[in-house]
Amino acid sequence: MAKQKGMVVIDTENCKGCGLCIANCPTNTLGFSENFNANGYHYSEMKQDTCIACQSCALVCPDVVITVYRLKKEKTV
Amino acid sequence: MKTQIDPNKYEKVFEKTDGLKNVKTHYCPGCGHGVVHRITMEIVKELDIQHKTIGIAPVGCSVFAYYYMNVDMQQAAHGRACAVATGIKRMLPDHYVFTYQGDGDLAAIGTAETIHACSRGENITIIFINNAIYGMTGGQMAPTTILGQKSSTSPEGRNPQRDGMPINMSEIVALLPGTVYVERVAVNKPGRVRKAKKAILKGFKAQALKKGTSFIEVVSNCNTNWKMTPVEANKWIDDVLLKQYPLGVFKDETGL
Ligand SMILES: Cc1ncc(C[n+]2csc(CCOP(=O)(O)OP(=O)(O)O)c2C)c(N)n1
Ligand code: SF4
Ligand code: SF4
Repeated sequence: MAKQKGMVVIDTENCKGCGLCIANCPTNTLGFSENFNANGYHYSEMKQDTCIACQSCALVCPDVVITVYRLKKEKTV
Repeated sequence: MKTQIDPNKYEKVFEKTDGLKNVKTHYCPGCGHGVVHRITMEIVKELDIQHKTIGIAPVGCSVFAYYYMNVDMQQAAHGRACAVATGIKRMLPDHYVFTYQGDGDLAAIGTAETIHACSRGENITIIFINNAIYGMTGGQMAPTTILGQKSSTSPEGRNPQRDGMPINMSEIVALLPGTVYVERVAVNKPGRVRKAKKAILKGFKAQALKKGTSFIEVVSNCNTNWKMTPVEANKWIDDVLLKQYPLGVFKDETGL
């Protein structure tokens, strides 16, 4: 299994493409999309499955457009 | 396209607080105002005081804070937020009253109101956003602009002979007996944002003690008028700005 423990969902239409989440992600999970949103910003998106759900991106996002999810612990049988 | 998250596999650990209204802000990309709005409103929700919190919006880029923060708000004339907060808090002493002000607002045109509210020990929380410049009006030099810093009215950099020295508000108000809690924080890194939230939380809790004014200075960016990218601006805070504005607690008599 990949080392992915988390996942972010970005409200791309409200992202302003400031890049702070990308710069503060410790695992290089995020990057700018090649696409623009309706406001003309290259929004941020997940580039690889390396999210560890640390929330660093969400903490610095001035537009509060990031929701962070964490993989639930698998039940041991 | 909407990403599908399997709720059986994933749990939500961070989402936008409903203390913020569901609108897009007018702030520049990367501006720290949005971060401070968020942590302030998260605190209001966590303390469950949304129904009895009143914010005072300033003049400056954050003049529209009342469009974004989901609490009762009153906008004050430039610099007068602490005076307006005084009146509201005295009429409604069981409400939580905070001001949200930039450095042009709080430390230039509003210096008298700020100092005297702190001196009287009004039971309010003052959230002071220090971005070392006048943002809204196009990047003029503020009292907080640091030596050598370029602005539209100090194009060759702030010169102490001509322009005087920068002013450190936290250090000043900590000297006044009316203040009970004074801390300077920053929001340029995730860990700092967490600390800033703790400081503002303490500021709000201090109001319930009725022991005096809580003052939280937040070192933030104005990447647009600093003429940097947001990432460069947040790095410049660490490399340069914090040398003039060291972070830390200048006074804490809350006992919290
Ligand atoms: C009485 C009065 N004088 C001057 C102005 C012009 N003015 C508007 S905002 C501002 C400064 C804002 O700077 P700051 O408080 O640092 O907030 P920022 O925009 O950087 O967040 C000034 C001088 C005004 N609106 N009213
Ligand atoms: S920090 Fe927020 S607004 Fe900035 S690029 Fe990332 S998601 Fe977009
Ligand atoms: S001008 Fe500066 S303070 Fe105003 S919104 Fe833009 S970055 Fe923020």
